[in-house]
Amino acid sequence: MPFVNWLKRNLVVIAGLLTLGYLLLPNVIVTVFSFNRPKGRFNYEWQRFSLDAWKDPCGVSDLCGSLSVSLQIAVLATLGATVLGTLIAFALVRYRFRARGAVNSLIFLPMAMPEVVMAASLLTLFLNMGAQLGFWTILIAHIMFCLSFVVTAVKARVMSMDPRLEEAARDLYAGPFQTFVRVTLPIAAPGIAAGALLAFALSFDDFIITNFNAGSTVTFPMFVWGSAQRGTPVQINVIGTTMFVVAVLLVLVSMAAGNRRGRRQA
Amino acid sequence: MTTLTESPPPLAPEAPEPKPPKRRGRWTPYWLLLPGILWLLVFFALPMIYQASTSVQTGSLEEGYKVTWHFATYWDALSAYWPQFVRSVLYAGTATLLCLLLGYPLAYLIAFRAGRWRNLIMILVIAPFFTSFLIRTLAWKTILADGGPVVGALDTLHVLDVTSWLGLTAGDRVLATPLAVICGLTYNFLPFMILPLYTSLERIDGRLHEAAGDLYARPWTTFRKVTFPLSMPGVVSGTLLTFIPAAGDYVNADLLGSTDTRMVGNTIQTQFLRVLDYPTAAALSFILMAAILLMVTLYIRRSGTEDLV
Repeated sequence: MPFVNWLKRNLVVIAGLLTLGYLLLPNVIVTVFSFNRPKGRFNYEWQRFSLDAWKDPCGVSDLCGSLSVSLQIAVLATLGATVLGTLIAFALVRYRFRARGAVNSLIFLPMAMPEVVMAASLLTLFLNMGAQLGFWTILIAHIMFCLSFVVTAVKARVMSMDPRLEEAARDLYAGPFQTFVRVTLPIAAPGIAAGALLAFALSFDDFIITNFNAGSTVTFPMFVWGSAQRGTPVQINVIGTTMFVVAVLLVLVSMAAGNRRGRRQA
Repeated sequence: MTTLTESPPPLAPEAPEPKPPKRRGRWTPYWLLLPGILWLLVFFALPMIYQASTSVQTGSLEEGYKVTWHFATYWDALSAYWPQFVRSVLYAGTATLLCLLLGYPLAYLIAFRAGRWRNLIMILVIAPFFTSFLIRTLAWKTILADGGPVVGALDTLHVLDVTSWLGLTAGDRVLATPLAVICGLTYNFLPFMILPLYTSLERIDGRLHEAAGDLYARPWTTFRKVTFPLSMPGVVSGTLLTFIPAAGDYVNADLLGSTDTRMVGNTIQTQFLRVLDYPTAAALSFILMAAILLMVTLYIRRSGTEDLV
């Protein structure tokens, strides 16, 4: 029974591809429904093909404003978390100091905590301090929860780094600053980039912590949440589709560039 | 591509690290740590203390709250909202199990069988992250719509009869039932399961499989005795990375569920942002935190992979 044998051999492949389909199905729906012209306020049922939303992606009030708020917060949070996180990662890998265990737990705990707990406790802090909720409280929260992820990404890279390279630089009369800029930083760069990318994605897509600490500021996820109650404009599908396509293209381009570089070096 | 295929951060206490060499500049590490650690102390640790203190306060929004060590709030919160806690654990637990069952074959496929398709599949696993998860969760409303093809197929195959009997669905509807919420949770946290699984599967030396085959192990035995045990670190951090956020989630229960599927996250959110009953909300959030930390600690102890992850 050749078919049964084939099936047996490839069972894991079939199961894996089915899971991949499950993962991608919503993206297919989001894309298809960006070409829909819905009846009524909600875009959940297919009516007929239309390019209206693609021609006018900012046609819904506040949509593009919220997108720009999200981008600003994501960029600033990425910068903040990457700088602070990289410093911590270097301190953890390169130095011996007291309270190392305590520092490690403080880095680990935010990643092991449900978001809603962090969100609620941060809100009690802001309420007790009488802080005005808005752009800055969101930014503070985002830097806080992105920090740990940057530390782990950078630490992994710096730990696998050969310390002899820096010793060699010093032997060749490079000062501490020169060694850091010309040797250490370029080697750590992929780790820092990975951390920054993760921080950007986490901040841009965060809803739960933002929802608690946003006041009346509306980020893009908050806009989508609100529209789930009021009526979903087709434009959010347009933006979702664009984000997906841009991300895939960026990754493909960077992979192609990496391949070419690899070939040149080989 | 290295940036994307790198392992996600391990979710377990740190393994003992090799002692770094001693350096000149006794104060340098403290200066490096200062800004970031200060940030975490003020905006992560201090809020926990504020939350603990809020949970034992009494008063009202108009007159202000005072610390009165009113621990009864905890008891009242638990007795009023225990169904939400139970649901959180059940839904998140089921979703985690489903993630493991669905995610393992895909991680295995990427690690051992994908060949030159490996990078492409990896991109397809990660790429959905870049579309806002709320938009993707809303797409499930379309997929599971009443009378739609998915619900129709499940009905024809009598799957809905089984799930109704289990109390997961009601009649011929899937939306607004526990099944829809579990389905959404599984979908949302699946990549958090796949990535750590892939990382630990990928580290396995392929020669171990050959050795098992040479010793007359059937493929299934090889999997059970060699592959699966070696992938345990990935299983442990994958289940934690899935269970913790799923237990605190309220987005899926709100968008895909009904008032009968509310989880503890929904309650905390409503108490904090709508009812403005801060002590109850703080107490609930504190119980959730304690419960999760306890479960995580026990789980890591039991799995005995403390120094593996």
